[in-house]
Amino acid sequence: MAVTEQQRRAYVASQAADARLNVELQTEDMTLNIGPQHPATHGTLRVVARLDGEQVVWADVVCGYMHRGYEKLTEVRTYPQITTLVNRIDWLSSFANEVPFILAAEKLMDIEAPPRAQYIRTILFELARIANITLFIGTMGADLGAITPVFYAFRDRERILNQIEAVTGGRFHPNFDRIGGLKDDLPRGWIDETKSAMVRVREFCDELEELLMGNEIFQARTRGIGVIPADVGLSYGLSGANIRASGIDWDLRRDQDLPLAWKDLDWKVWTHPDGDSFARFWVRLQETREASKMVDQMLDGLPAGSIQAKVPRIIKVPEGEAWVHTENPLGEMGYYVVSQGGLGPFRCKIRSASFNNVSVLPWVLRGTYVPDIITILASLYFILGDIDR
Amino acid sequence: MSLALSLPYWAETTIKTVIILAVIPASALTLGYVFLMKTMAHMQSRLGPMEPGGFHGWYQLIGDGVKFIQKEDIIPEEADRAIFALAPTVVLVSTFLLFVVIPAGPRLVVENLDTGVFFALAVSSLSVIGVLMAGWASANKYSLLGGLRAAGQLIAYELPLVLAVVGVVMQAGTMSLQGIVNFQQHGKIFGFGGIGLPLILTQFVGFLLFIAASQAELTQAPFDMPLAESELVAGYTTEYTGFRFLFFYMAETATAFALAAIAATLFLGGWSVPWVHGSAADVLGPFILGAKVMLVAFLIYWIRFTYPRFREDQLQAFAWKYLIPISLANILVTAVFKVVF
Amino acid sequence: MSSADTEEQQDQHAAANAERQQVLDELKAALGDAVVGEEVHAGDLWIRVPAGEWRQAMEACKAAGFNYFDFLSGIDWMPSAPNPEDAETLSVEPDADADEAPDAEEAAEAEAEHEAEPQPSEAGTVAAFETAAGEPDSGWKTGVAGGETRFQVFARLHSPQRKLGVTLKADLDDESPQVASIHDIFFGAEWHERETWEMYGFVFEGHPDLRHIYLPGEFEGFPLRKDFPLLAREVKPWPGLVDVEDLPAAEEARQDAAINAAQEGNGADAGEGGS
Repeated sequence: MAVTEQQRRAYVASQAADARLNVELQTEDMTLNIGPQHPATHGTLRVVARLDGEQVVWADVVCGYMHRGYEKLTEVRTYPQITTLVNRIDWLSSFANEVPFILAAEKLMDIEAPPRAQYIRTILFELARIANITLFIGTMGADLGAITPVFYAFRDRERILNQIEAVTGGRFHPNFDRIGGLKDDLPRGWIDETKSAMVRVREFCDELEELLMGNEIFQARTRGIGVIPADVGLSYGLSGANIRASGIDWDLRRDQDLPLAWKDLDWKVWTHPDGDSFARFWVRLQETREASKMVDQMLDGLPAGSIQAKVPRIIKVPEGEAWVHTENPLGEMGYYVVSQGGLGPFRCKIRSASFNNVSVLPWVLRGTYVPDIITILASLYFILGDIDR
Repeated sequence: MSLALSLPYWAETTIKTVIILAVIPASALTLGYVFLMKTMAHMQSRLGPMEPGGFHGWYQLIGDGVKFIQKEDIIPEEADRAIFALAPTVVLVSTFLLFVVIPAGPRLVVENLDTGVFFALAVSSLSVIGVLMAGWASANKYSLLGGLRAAGQLIAYELPLVLAVVGVVMQAGTMSLQGIVNFQQHGKIFGFGGIGLPLILTQFVGFLLFIAASQAELTQAPFDMPLAESELVAGYTTEYTGFRFLFFYMAETATAFALAAIAATLFLGGWSVPWVHGSAADVLGPFILGAKVMLVAFLIYWIRFTYPRFREDQLQAFAWKYLIPISLANILVTAVFKVVF
Repeated sequence: MSSADTEEQQDQHAAANAERQQVLDELKAALGDAVVGEEVHAGDLWIRVPAGEWRQAMEACKAAGFNYFDFLSGIDWMPSAPNPEDAETLSVEPDADADEAPDAEEAAEAEAEHEAEPQPSEAGTVAAFETAAGEPDSGWKTGVAGGETRFQVFARLHSPQRKLGVTLKADLDDESPQVASIHDIFFGAEWHERETWEMYGFVFEGHPDLRHIYLPGEFEGFPLRKDFPLLAREVKPWPGLVDVEDLPAAEEARQDAAINAAQEGNGADAGEGGS
């Protein structure tokens, strides 16, 4: 931590020096306001950057334009109703948001979903991951000026969404997870369709690896840009692919004992030592491929049986506190549920990945160029709903 | 255009002007339709542009055009109104002047200048003034950054563009575009005159340099930093709407056509193929040139759809560290061969 | 899942808890008397420290390998009618003042026992959320690892190496909740402290820039405090509670039968095969 502490002090000191200089010499830096309406922020994030030429002297992030107060709203809803809310946190992988919340409630109630439900949950979780990261791979290209990958991404994401829709009836907001199980079983013929969709996902990954990742300009734009050292990343609470790209071998799917199917599967956690934008892209691309293989394995090993454990018809969660976090597409997502025995939680702290992932921006943006802001924003990959909740 | 019948000067000039004024939107429409709509739709599996109007989405471009004209003409309150309004015209004028020297047949040229290449490259850089005007007058930081980027970029890439052509000029021994076409038509490869001597064979490096530099002149990916929609929203065109934006758009596409035509003329033999002579060439020339232009334009747009964008400093480094030294070396080698053979 | 599996899992839980106990012992060794509350259960670890020792606790945890910052937030333990005034105006259940708590408790229990009994939905509204049924004397429940005051700040740290997490809590003063900032120990805490400040009004001493992060700058009040009224609920009771109304008896029986069939069809918790 010694280095980063120094960096931190240097940062603060130079910031103060800049401020003094500006007062004394009246040097005119330009303040560029990126957002809240800007193509690169994919929503309503606002980055205020003070520029010297095109170099960022100082940057701050303003969020909250989409704050919906979910933590307050959870206190006046019943447990089954809350999945509707949390669906809308990271709206590109909605199902993955439901799972940790439901698991937290199940943990408090001390019930466990039957194996088949666990498998289907995990399958849908991974499908949501693929749908989400596929889009990332495309938009990262778009943010770097390559317009083609994003169309390929939308094209191939469509197949995943179709599969999700076939099971849940919803493309974006499935609202499918129930305490103790799932709403429905898989429809007929779904397994084969999903397998062919997974083949297509891997083809997409290969295609993008050649089209985008192998491109010299792409590498020149991303390598060495926005380097986040591992200890800084941990200190800021970066998670998911962002921290694995800094060389931390940590994946909650593997490292945590949850009643989901990951522990039965044969798969690999990808890490990259560099910590730059390229590494983050690379890790996510590998994860997409890995996820498609995991889905294949789960489809092969899908257990038979019920999809719903026996739960009371009116769900009351016993007193207690539970923290469940899972490895969501954007990083670690967790719910700290405090129950006092009512129909709804007494307090539900929602820990979303993007909030922490974005909080590193003021640190990492300093000294970069305007086009690098875009690269870094794109490579950190956030969903606005996941920042603002 | 030395027409067979002799007309008074004013009449001749008017006809020429009208023809060029018609050529600009026509060429922009052609490229826009063929490449920006259809080729792109195919390359990127886009569905939208293939739908409107039934067959292959033929109606899409018309719809786009009508949309632009319908839109409200908004001028920002803080903007410098006169300059803001003038900027698109300046850009368009530069394109207009480019078309003046491009020959489409032995006699189908507006003005056969002796220094045709020089003129074309000189006026092509006029557009930078319009871009700067647009960037400055919009009173928008994104526009200003875009305008400054454009200025830096266009000036940096002017040099490799000119140097890439020097080899051709040396080999042909003339700066007249018509002369260069004639040289290629009548040239022989080791005594074999079947295909003439398209200079792309000897000046292949020059051709690549020219395409790269003209890509930058056109501010197209991978050199589209001045517009960079994910960084600068739309660069110097951010504040433009409706038909003023359409002007920029048209100028860009028409310039792509013009630069592709110049590249075709310099490196691919222009309007000529060796077995078409005389008045037949006047009739067939435009079509031959058109075909070659489409070939070059396909290359330009193909690159545009494929590559991500450089960063500003990488772009400058690319120009000064790679393109210019290579083009200088190319000139040197050409000079040596010119003396030896 | 057979019973052998369950036992195995229980063994795993026991092992994990032993590991957590070890962590707890380490931290207690480092913090000494500062640990005023602790709990290891259900595969998780809680430690409560006095507000004055908040920074030291963080540093000790970081030294013990908990270098990943999960989140920091607050809890308001005030019993939770979302807005007591609201409850009065709607003339339903009385709010959860200490002396009336038994009534609330009875109401909650009554509701739990007699779900089948038809009730007007708005009468159920507040009672349904009337979870503040503590003992009559204290009135308030304060969760795992205890607590003595209304406000608690809590944070979660994780150790990717040890694959364990720890939840730290600290009681804050009711009138002026204050605690030292930890933004220089965990950089990520800077934003979380801003959020907690604007949501709960906890002041983090030493925070460089305590300003609004989500809400507009001129926003007044601390929305996540339990006494902050949720306006939409004041205007109109939550219609979603229809959800917990009773089903017609026939439908209920049918569903129960279906669930039972699924449960018993194939052993302890595996039903008949799916698709």
